[in-house]
Amino acid sequence: MSAKPRVKVPKTAAAGDIITIKTLVKHTMESGQRKDKEGNVIPRKIINKFACEFNGNPVFSADIDPAVASNPYFEFKARVSESGTFKFSWTDDDGTVIDTEKKIEVS
Amino acid sequence: MNLQRRKLLGGTVGIATVGLLGGAANALAAPEDVAAAIKAIAGDAEIGSGMITLTAPEIAENGNSVPISVSVDSPMTDDDYVASVSIYAEGNPLPEVVTFNFSPASGVASASTRMRLAQTQNVVAVAKMSNGSVFSDTRNVKVTIGGCGG
Amino acid sequence: MKKSLLVSSLFVATALAHVSFSAMAGPADDKLVIDDELEIITRTAPAEGHPLSEVISGWHYRTPETRALEADSFQNPGMLGVEQGEEIWNTVEGTEGKSCASCHDDAAVSMQGVGASYPKWDADSGKPINIELRINKCRVENMGAEPYKFDKDGQKPLTAFIKHQSLGTPVSLDLSQGDMQKWWEQGKETYYRRTGQLNLSCASCHEQNQGKYIRADHLSQGNVNGFPTYRLKQNNLISLHNRFRGCIRDTRAEFPDAFSDTLMGLEVYTTWRGTGLSVETPAVRQ
Repeated sequence: MSAKPRVKVPKTAAAGDIITIKTLVKHTMESGQRKDKEGNVIPRKIINKFACEFNGNPVFSADIDPAVASNPYFEFKARVSESGTFKFSWTDDDGTVIDTEKKIEVS
Repeated sequence: MNLQRRKLLGGTVGIATVGLLGGAANALAAPEDVAAAIKAIAGDAEIGSGMITLTAPEIAENGNSVPISVSVDSPMTDDDYVASVSIYAEGNPLPEVVTFNFSPASGVASASTRMRLAQTQNVVAVAKMSNGSVFSDTRNVKVTIGGCGG
Repeated sequence: MKKSLLVSSLFVATALAHVSFSAMAGPADDKLVIDDELEIITRTAPAEGHPLSEVISGWHYRTPETRALEADSFQNPGMLGVEQGEEIWNTVEGTEGKSCASCHDDAAVSMQGVGASYPKWDADSGKPINIELRINKCRVENMGAEPYKFDKDGQKPLTAFIKHQSLGTPVSLDLSQGDMQKWWEQGKETYYRRTGQLNLSCASCHEQNQGKYIRADHLSQGNVNGFPTYRLKQNNLISLHNRFRGCIRDTRAEFPDAFSDTLMGLEVYTTWRGTGLSVETPAVRQ
């Protein structure tokens, strides 16, 4: 069940470029809408927040509800003006945070 | 014949619901719930059209994973940018799907994800600009069910 | 409740028997190139003795959105399973202190082509052996580890990882080994045998009515070159024998055990039907 997130960021870009970032993380996104065989509601357990920062500044985030599909996928843009590090984090209902980083060289 | 047909339809809907939701615990949302949620975002602002484009398939092969994208016309500068885009589903158990929060560093206000649709319904995207103005776009997505109901 | 279920079952059966295959739509005219780099053979001339005039991957029968998902290895959620399989490949298990990599090193080299050539003849058991059973044999005989139970633990991700090493390689079976031909014959019999309350054979849908719709479902040729396949319905990798069982269950028949002689014969035969198509593992389907 260990979730190693997948993130795609270009390795290099020119200053002022707008780049595309793709992210995918393994998670069942239990909606809280399903019942088990005994008829009890299976408790909700989802990734409720995704955030992307660049050199400490917020770029993009998502507040997530149970209608986002399993293995949540987010694709978005970022304008880069300097080299640095993108930080990505996914927050689970149980408080655990999955995170990862990607560096980009900007010339 | 009619009676059988009605039973068959009932059965079919049942299968679809179980298949997608594993037996819904809540009643489905309604367009009014989505309208109320949009009102909460917009406040007194008038809801405009244009500016925002929601892209979704006309027919989704499976309601468990439907690709959607939004993009909003905006210069994305420090004093004129898209603050957020919220997605709602009129026919899901809960109307909220996701809210994308943008910043001037986004460069372009566009984002994609994959969502769950419990049935054929309207999906609504609402953009809130940094100056408080609000725009929305709606797409109807038909959700199909499998050949043998299996 | 029971009564109305029975009534609707019978009605469905009648409907299927008479009116349900409709609207010829055919496979989509499109080309699968993964990550704009790797061309996948999704249409090819059939093997000698094949009943269809062209062999077509199930990819062509899906919507543009589903097709796009398979064409982007980053977005393809089945790749999460492949990555999990890679971790398993490198993980030591069992009393011998070995991982797959201890003997087979880099899978990109050692497993190249493997996924395109199984099932193969296994002289030890006197039966065909598929990737899942080959993994189990290795676990028991070489690693001193427990065999995987069907669809449990690492079976699906490891199978997907191994088959993925042959992505793009055309499927080609060697039926001259051992009694493979006999198992092919037996699988063919299973393929054409009508079964269940709906009285359908594999061929009823995937040969005689491929390209048409059964309710909202676009019927493919039922080729197996993309398994384990990521199915949107379950949002998970689905093994071939799971799909065999699901399909047979949907005809409302008793369904055979995974890796039973019946389904191993069917795997040999259906794999042969897809001869010449590229391995697509992990394919993306509805």
